[in-house]
Amino acid sequence: MQAIANEVFKALADPTRRAIFERLARDGAQTVRALTDRAGVSQPAVSKHLRILKTAKLVEDRRDGRETHYSAQPLALAPIRDWMSVYGAFWNDRFDDLESLLKRMDP
Amino acid sequence: MTPTANETRSVVVEREIPYAPEKIWRALTQPHLIAEWLMKNDFQPVVGHGFSLRADWGAVDCRVQAVEPNKTLSYTWAAYGLESVVTWTLTPTGTGTRLRMEQSGFSADQQQAYQGAKHGWQQFFANLEQVLARAD
Repeated sequence: MQAIANEVFKALADPTRRAIFERLARDGAQTVRALTDRAGVSQPAVSKHLRILKTAKLVEDRRDGRETHYSAQPLALAPIRDWMSVYGAFWNDRFDDLESLLKRMDP
Repeated sequence: MTPTANETRSVVVEREIPYAPEKIWRALTQPHLIAEWLMKNDFQPVVGHGFSLRADWGAVDCRVQAVEPNKTLSYTWAAYGLESVVTWTLTPTGTGTRLRMEQSGFSADQQQAYQGAKHGWQQFFANLEQVLARAD
């Protein structure tokens, strides 16, 4: 779970990849060519971004004849949605450790 | 994004602690004490000081933003390419201190960090809820 969360955060840390992902989520499945027309970067660059998004399971590809259609997998965003709740638990544990330290410290 | 939506992207933990602010301040600002409850670090209570928090699972990059001894301390907290701000507030009470920690996800500073970028994280988070709502 942690490994895939890292992939999701890494994949979306790049603004171009976030833009590609948002576009697929908003407008539905598209080919690399269609994405390249609007991305402002070269087709090989878009393909590379798509591979990284695919590794994070944020996009899926489906082959249709000579073309590959990419679609967003919004449920793969769950690690980001969980980010705040994870930090909530993290800080509560840290407060426990802080209180226990304060008990041990000199006045 | 509305201010209300922005607030939901903060984590707040608040506790009444039966010790004076001065003592808690030491635990929040002395590296060997920070290491005991948070992580190993090279913290210094100096505005602009960059430091890292290190754990087995990785490191968090931080920079001190505000230091007001015994009252408030804040630093940026960057991990996984996501930058947030952690702010500690100490308020004396009759019997000790009310200690509040707020980690805010994506502040004005964050906008600045991604200035020029086509899509900032802040906008991304604004869209995230809509995307997830459609996915359900």
